[in-house]
Amino acid sequence: MEPIDHLFRRESGRMVATLTRIFGVQNLAMAEDVVQDAFRRALEVWSFRGVPENPPAWLMATAKNRALDVLRRERTARTFAPELTRLLQSEWTLAPTIEEQFQEHAIRDDVLRMMFSCCHPRMSEEAQVALVLHILCGFSVDEIASAFVSTHAAIEKRITRAKKALAKSKRLFDVTAPAEFSARLPAVQRALYLLFNEGYHGASAEKAVRVELCREAMRLTAVILEHSFGTTPATYALAALMSLDAARLPARVDASGDLLSLLDQDRSQWDQERVAEGLKLLELSATGSDLSEYHVEAAIASFHARALRVEDTDWAAIVSLYDTLMKIRPSPIVALNRAIAVAQNEGPERGLEEFRAIKEADLLASYPFYPATLGELEFRRGKYKTARQHFAEALALARNPMERRFLDQRVRACDGGDTQ
Amino acid sequence: MSEFTYLFRGRNTSASPEEMQKHMEKWVAWFKELGAKGYLKDPGHPLEGDGKVVSGKQKIVNDGPYAEAKDVIGGYIVIEARDLAQAAEISKGCPILEVGGSVEVRPIQKLDM
Repeated sequence: MEPIDHLFRRESGRMVATLTRIFGVQNLAMAEDVVQDAFRRALEVWSFRGVPENPPAWLMATAKNRALDVLRRERTARTFAPELTRLLQSEWTLAPTIEEQFQEHAIRDDVLRMMFSCCHPRMSEEAQVALVLHILCGFSVDEIASAFVSTHAAIEKRITRAKKALAKSKRLFDVTAPAEFSARLPAVQRALYLLFNEGYHGASAEKAVRVELCREAMRLTAVILEHSFGTTPATYALAALMSLDAARLPARVDASGDLLSLLDQDRSQWDQERVAEGLKLLELSATGSDLSEYHVEAAIASFHARALRVEDTDWAAIVSLYDTLMKIRPSPIVALNRAIAVAQNEGPERGLEEFRAIKEADLLASYPFYPATLGELEFRRGKYKTARQHFAEALALARNPMERRFLDQRVRACDGGDTQ
Repeated sequence: MSEFTYLFRGRNTSASPEEMQKHMEKWVAWFKELGAKGYLKDPGHPLEGDGKVVSGKQKIVNDGPYAEAKDVIGGYIVIEARDLAQAAEISKGCPILEVGGSVEVRPIQKLDM
């Protein structure tokens, strides 16, 4: 049997989550060691003997056996998960307890438990996202640094700190308490939303990394939807948003690896299965009175998804959705996107008005698509010289070669025009 | 045809799950290739990282192998090749070379006279 794509990465999160549940959150490092050990063993045995029939089960069984060794060796010196400690002390109950903890449904709950624990309000959102990626998605510090265009040192510091905070929390989040669950859920949704966005709009140059971040965010969102407390309208809306946006991923980059704006994409390349899935999720999200930012963003994405040609886009509806979004979760980025939609709907002059009205625009000072949008609007009203300046400004802010090429092309497009 | 043993030295100690999986996949592919081309005589064994070293007339037993990670033998296989030169050539496909390890190629002595 051929190994499955990203098997180690995916199983890593499941194994760490379950082992931490057994060992107790204070022994997270021990859980990580056991997992690393299981991978090393797989590397050695599979290399020599080939990949086993059921690779995930093989890994889990190896982790389980290692866990038993560690528990027997360390049980006098350490305390483990408080609610399991007594059961782990006696040989009579040790093996059956571990067996139970490694049941599929128990592992699934452990992943959820870990996800909610990683999104502790004491940690910054950035730290939460990094921790989720590290613990539940098996990303190394270097892989996270490359995805976030950061340095090894900065990410390591962030993760070390977050792990300390996690260890201090004494026990993992209790996913069986409904009130606590719904209180923490928004933070978890937010972290997964940020993770997805980092993949979708983020600064990383590596296409593969970006798609993986999106996929991981979607996978973890699906885990929440498997839990009865997690199936809230907002979670459905978040999942819808991810599906609808992810549907466009195949068209975001053209054959020569160049970035394409939404307006220039070959819409026949959009993944219609994802679109259908997204629309279905959006329908499921439309219950109750709760209107989250994910509902609005998913609705915007659904208007794009339904327009087979860019001319068919219902820009008036999209502008009004951006109005709503500005009320629920105002930000300069939302205002910028709103200005673009207004320009599509009522022309570049009106778009410019809205652009100039963006509040706290200084937060976008290093965002290349802020000046680039201005360039685009000026370009559309024939002010090529002004547009060129803005594109050049954007080019100087480009965060990766893909953006650089894209903006460089926009700069050069202005050279053919007039001198205004 | 003669038989040779490959001794793999060096262990991959710190890598992300994704890197470890990629590395494992390369090994699996390499073993498959050795088998398909008829080189693989005996798929040998990976070896545990710890062990004992017994030495001297006093038969002193030490925890071992006290070598640096890159010198520890991680496993062995037996292959069949025309001569030592070809055996060495074939070993160049071993993924361990990409992670700082080495392959020691040793002809197996023929015992039949």
